[in-house]
Amino acid sequence: MKYISEFSEPALLKDISENIRRNTADIGKKIKIMEVCGTHTMSIGRSGLRSMLPDNIVLLSGPGCPVCVTPAEYITSAIELAGSKDNIIATFGDMIRVPNSAGQSLGSMSSEKIRVVYSPLESLAIAKKHPEKRVIFLGVGFETTAPVVAHTLQTALKEKINNFYCLSAHKLVPPALKALVSGGGNEIDGFILPGHVSVIIGCGSYRDIGIRGVVTGFEPADILNGINMLVSQILEDRNDIENQYRRAVTESGNILMKQAMDEVFVTADTKWRGLGTIPLSGLALSLIYSDFDASKLLSGRILEEEDPASCRCGEVLRGICTPRECPLFGGNCIPENPVGPCMVSSEGACSAYYKYEV
Amino acid sequence: MCLAVPVKIIRIDGTRGIGEIGGVDREIDLTFLEDPRVGEYVLLHAGFAIQKIDEKEACETLEAFKEFKKYI
Repeated sequence: MKYISEFSEPALLKDISENIRRNTADIGKKIKIMEVCGTHTMSIGRSGLRSMLPDNIVLLSGPGCPVCVTPAEYITSAIELAGSKDNIIATFGDMIRVPNSAGQSLGSMSSEKIRVVYSPLESLAIAKKHPEKRVIFLGVGFETTAPVVAHTLQTALKEKINNFYCLSAHKLVPPALKALVSGGGNEIDGFILPGHVSVIIGCGSYRDIGIRGVVTGFEPADILNGINMLVSQILEDRNDIENQYRRAVTESGNILMKQAMDEVFVTADTKWRGLGTIPLSGLALSLIYSDFDASKLLSGRILEEEDPASCRCGEVLRGICTPRECPLFGGNCIPENPVGPCMVSSEGACSAYYKYEV
Repeated sequence: MCLAVPVKIIRIDGTRGIGEIGGVDREIDLTFLEDPRVGEYVLLHAGFAIQKIDEKEACETLEAFKEFKKYI
């Protein structure tokens, strides 16, 4: 398939990984590279990239799995809203099995109440089809997804689809990166920056954070190339933001999508599961769209929830420990019976490790 | 959630269109693209085209990969 196959050819992957091996031969210490985005985590696992790298390169997964960083109390809120006979919940598929701290998930509710959608526009269609119900879309995702949800809300406003609502848990990547580097404890040498988030926000969005990073595509050759570019920066003692994904990412991103986000959402201090509250790192509905805000439908304040004892998802998300170092991994916490979100999500580090690295 | 796939635009009808990948046709919303054309490749995410794939840059990236062979 065009723009996929050419970037996955085994001979090419061998050439790039040999080059990385050659370049890192004289670096005495371990190099810690964090891939921020969950889709990179899955791509790395699926293509067996770790086995192509020298032992002194350590790949750590970061907090760029939107399902993994959604607080447990958001799931509790969604379950409460689903409980009303007048409500239908529409959601992306990987939210279905995420447990809250009591082990409850949306998946245990009937399929009439919970509708899985590929695009938020489908949830608008459900709202039009069921004017007697409130249709509440669970807005989870980073800057790749938020503009698409924004456009859906703009359409709802224009067409007066007043039974449509959004419960926003949308989050922004650059503030999380700032929090990661200032939080310490992980000493990351370089970041593989999320390719498709960067399509929207542009390379320029990372320049004031003070990190070494390469915006990287998702095919195996892209990721190896991105790692090679980071290694070159380390060897040359540079701290730059570079663009490996030039066929899709520009310096300023997609202006139309940024405008949609700016019109529909405002930034807000937001809790990330595992990282705590990060200033101005989330998106809430703006005043013009407040009638579509599903948080107003909740009965009262939803209490913050603690992660299950022994679950180390928070440290995994910050790159402080690997999934294998969690006492629950592979025992009490497996894909069929997940305890924490990192095992549930198709993009979670624990899920990827379980599938591909064990 | 960052998953987006490259599809080829095979039909355009206002802000909507059809994209093709691996022999499968997908509906795409073209609202966020300026001047999309049939035959162009775009990245599809959650039903929306989020970017045109720059063919020239793609070729240059693949060409640059050939440089790695020099060092082997």
